[in-house]
Amino acid sequence: MTRRVRVVVFAVAAVGMAVLLVWAFAGARPFGTSIHPYGDLAVRAALEQRATANTVASVTFDQRGLDTMGEEFILFAAVLGTSILLRREPDELARTVGEEGTEDRAGSGPTPEMVRLFGYVVLPFVVVVGIYVVAHGHLSPGGGFQGGIVLATGLHLLYIAGDYPALRRLRPQRVFEVSEAAAAASYVLLGLAGLAVTGAFLANVLPYGTLGQLASAGTVPLLNTAVGVEVGSGTVLLLAEFLEQTLVLRERSGRPDTGGSR
Amino acid sequence: MSPQSLLGLLPYLVAGWLFLIGLYGIVTSRNLIHTVVSLSVVQSSTYVLLLTVGFRAGATAPVFSDIAPGAIVVDPLVQALALTDVVVGATVSALLLALAVQSHKRSGTLDPDQLRTLSG
Repeated sequence: MTRRVRVVVFAVAAVGMAVLLVWAFAGARPFGTSIHPYGDLAVRAALEQRATANTVASVTFDQRGLDTMGEEFILFAAVLGTSILLRREPDELARTVGEEGTEDRAGSGPTPEMVRLFGYVVLPFVVVVGIYVVAHGHLSPGGGFQGGIVLATGLHLLYIAGDYPALRRLRPQRVFEVSEAAAAASYVLLGLAGLAVTGAFLANVLPYGTLGQLASAGTVPLLNTAVGVEVGSGTVLLLAEFLEQTLVLRERSGRPDTGGSR
Repeated sequence: MSPQSLLGLLPYLVAGWLFLIGLYGIVTSRNLIHTVVSLSVVQSSTYVLLLTVGFRAGATAPVFSDIAPGAIVVDPLVQALALTDVVVGATVSALLLALAVQSHKRSGTLDPDQLRTLSG
């Protein structure tokens, strides 16, 4: 199919799709409607029965905890798939990074002093913020997914600061592989605990406590922590794979650039 | 249709537009990285759609740490869905970018049109 034919086929399909979409949108509830039956029920369930101030966290980890488990394992599978796809191949050589200096960032030149200073100064604050976002996920906006990303990207401030060897020391991949798997497993174990105690998978087994307290919402903070560790570790591993592609692996010399000769 | 309901349709139309323009990007893409980014554009249409569906006029965020119970809030269900959406979108992008890296290693090109033949 030539490009021209492809664009024409797309244009026909897109016009049809657009008509269907506008038709559907015209029949949808208007923007800003006050009719949200499921939302109202979810808010009531979160506040009156489950003492969870962040109702989104209540939906994610308590009322629909099973869906979140699926989501967590999508992440797990993606990290696994990326690791397999980006594994070192037999004809690739590992370089030693940063031996001749700490400026080795794929040829971007020396890192400005201000950037280095910024990286080192901000790193501890970002880590604290990340832990806070995970720990308060049931009280304020945030949670395991968001906090995990903050933690993982915070760690990579070390890379922004231009020091790949330092990042490597703080990021033993084995440890993160284990912690990712353990966090994913602990989510399932919390679900099994619910199954054992109440007869329903992922049912809340802990007392709900008082709305707005740090120790409230039952298992939501625990699930948030599990997801936070999982997302943090998974993201670190993902970024490690991609960084390794550009910084560590080099093709064996003599291999043609196109690489299609095998 | 009154101007008011046309205005109410606008967020939906933005979602539809993002969806279609992202698809157009995928269809005409000459670079696998660009394809992945186009897919992210398609995905962001679902964020807009979800938040449009869940919005309630004059309402605030559904987090009751500093507002009284009984306050009018937007729909937390679709926000939870949007959260799932974001996570899945990010992981799918990572996986597809890894595939792009592999593809470049194997065939030396990122142009999807050059990847016509299957080769072991």
